Amino acid sequence: MTATLFHNARLIDPEAGTDAPGSLLVRDGVIVARGEEADATGGDARIDCRGACLAPGLVDIGVKVCEPGERHKESFGTAGQAAAAGGVTTMVTRPDTTPDIDTPEVLEFVARRAREASLVRVLPMAALTKGRAGREMTEIGFLLDAGAVAFTDCDRVVTDTKVFSRALTYARSLGALVIAHVQEPTLSQGACATSGKFAALRGLPAVSPMAERMGFDRDMALVEMTGARYHADQITTARALPPLERAKRNGLDVTAGVSIHHLTLNEFDVADYRTFFKVKPPLRSEDDRRAVIEAVASGLIDVISSMHTPQDEESKRLPFEEAASGAVALETLLPAALRLYHSGDMDLPTLLRAMTLNPARRLGLPQGRLSKGAPADLVLFDPDAPFVLDRFALRSKSKNTPFDGARMQGRVIGTWVGGTCVYDRTSEHA
Amino acid sequence: MAFTQDHLLGIEKLGPDDITTLLDLADDYVALNRSDNKHGDALQGLTQVNMFFENSTRTQSSFELAGRRLGADVMNMSMQASSIKKGETLIDTALTLNAMRPDLLVVRHPHSGAVDLLAQKVNCAVLNAGDGRHEHPTQALLDALTIRRAKGRLHRLSIAICGDIAHSRVARSNIILLGKMENRLRLIGPPTLVPSGMEEFGCEVYEDMEDGLRDVDVVMMLRLQKERMDGGFIPSEREYYHRYGLDAEKLAFAKDDAIVMHPGPMNRGVEIDGTIADDINRSVIQEQVEMGVAVRMAAMDLLARNLRARRAAAA
Repeated sequence: MTATLFHNARLIDPEAGTDAPGSLLVRDGVIVARGEEADATGGDARIDCRGACLAPGLVDIGVKVCEPGERHKESFGTAGQAAAAGGVTTMVTRPDTTPDIDTPEVLEFVARRAREASLVRVLPMAALTKGRAGREMTEIGFLLDAGAVAFTDCDRVVTDTKVFSRALTYARSLGALVIAHVQEPTLSQGACATSGKFAALRGLPAVSPMAERMGFDRDMALVEMTGARYHADQITTARALPPLERAKRNGLDVTAGVSIHHLTLNEFDVADYRTFFKVKPPLRSEDDRRAVIEAVASGLIDVISSMHTPQDEESKRLPFEEAASGAVALETLLPAALRLYHSGDMDLPTLLRAMTLNPARRLGLPQGRLSKGAPADLVLFDPDAPFVLDRFALRSKSKNTPFDGARMQGRVIGTWVGGTCVYDRTSEHA
Repeated sequence: MAFTQDHLLGIEKLGPDDITTLLDLADDYVALNRSDNKHGDALQGLTQVNMFFENSTRTQSSFELAGRRLGADVMNMSMQASSIKKGETLIDTALTLNAMRPDLLVVRHPHSGAVDLLAQKVNCAVLNAGDGRHEHPTQALLDALTIRRAKGRLHRLSIAICGDIAHSRVARSNIILLGKMENRLRLIGPPTLVPSGMEEFGCEVYEDMEDGLRDVDVVMMLRLQKERMDGGFIPSEREYYHRYGLDAEKLAFAKDDAIVMHPGPMNRGVEIDGTIADDINRSVIQEQVEMGVAVRMAAMDLLARNLRARRAAAA
């Protein structure tokens, strides 16, 4: 097989924490050399990066592809195209489909569909409890064998503490990662906004940010009790950060993520009941947003996710309380995240680490690195290129993005999965 | 002075000029309504549709009477019984209705923001007759007119709003309106019924009626919305009445000439004592109902003028 030399690149290495000019040599889908060594060896093919950033492809935990059940919202084909255009080379997909992915049979269907249709890698997650109903655990062992990389009931909290503790214990015995939504479910019932001035002004049922901390506190007690491997899907409030810090300091096997929307938007962006801004948990105050950005910069929060959630127009064209939650974000993840770089909140290696190395490590994947021997899953992007987002230009079947008409800075130029180009912006516009 | 709005969706969107213009015109309509010939022609030839997705007798009758007195053709649609039950979305209902070419659309809906959403999809003037816990602008305007007529002004008054603030769109619209007109606002209620963040609107929040009512010019009571109580906001009605129900003893802390208001319908013996409600020297509750018709006539008149001007400009 041929070797490809990426030269004249600005290499963003999240593992080493470096941002420096260099080259990368890829052979047989694997990174084989860097820097002078790569230049000296040379490749059959040469790609001139023209000074643009070359980084590991993004690993996105928590992508909803609506197969099975709602292919009109998103399929593996369209999600894969959106991911490729967004620099996402691994989609870690959610089991909150119709039906839920809670048996090895459904998981195998999903894996087959992903192989047939997706341009990028797909690693499916499975439900933690049957039907995500919070009563009986799924066949965690069979599902692991079938390829499930983590177990989650998505945005449903397993309210029965006994059920959850047993599921955690069982998962621990198999070394399975459990991903939980942190929320005190009765306190947040019916809420679609965060309590405070905005919710009061708009008359929306609201939940205190304390509900997130209460959910997290309970889960930490259970993790301490069971020794499970645990990842909080989204930590979005300042109140939940001290317990997260404490859990990590005490040596619990705990990591946390946050959605790109909670890092780049706040509750006031909802303005006049714009339902594309309705996400779960609801957007928070600016103080919370700032605190969570700092937590990503310091490494306390490990992972930034798109929480890609396609919804059709009908489910969003409703009064705010009745409208569906969620936003598509595979294509906007990187440009939105780059807002944090342009605002000076963090450097590129730190920002990329939360979208590459950290999620890959948490799932035990070899991706997310630029080191020799790592898979050649790569994204080439210009961090400064400005554009105005048009939601109808998105590749996702559903167009429910909160960034419609937003000015963004940073565009993907090319994406490679295992050394194969899956997106090339230049050819697309030729 | 001018009224510059295309719709009346909320007080938040109005400026002080809009409010004053509307109240001035409403004063004229009060005179008309007290005369023997209660007919105007401001809405002659126009079609007014009242679309109520939530039960209402008082507000709907008030809007209907206001429209008829100004010559509009009025149609009432009770939406609980209709297509919503058949699964039609709000937008589709709006589009269907829009095709019938109404000129004024009066909407009440149980969800906050639903009337805004509807207004985006139709090309007539939309009046919000109450959306969820969000706003009830004509109620705030009729309250303002009542206060202005009783007190001779609508600024630099000390006004207490008491009771279930959290579930009340009336409270929200009044807080915004009275704040815009530069009054001093106090909110009084049990902390379970006062949403967090109210201080940021420039209100003083009290948990004790006697502290809160001290030297106020206006006491606005709110209905304890039993149907909105999804459980456990207060221990019991009788304890609520004891601590927050307006009686002579508590009212004595307000100024001697303080007026008592209530948007209705009242729960006598829950949030207000019957004798206070009926005290013609203190209570302006019946006058509020009267002002309601006049304010709605003024609102529809002004919106119709703007609608006609807009259509003439487009033609």
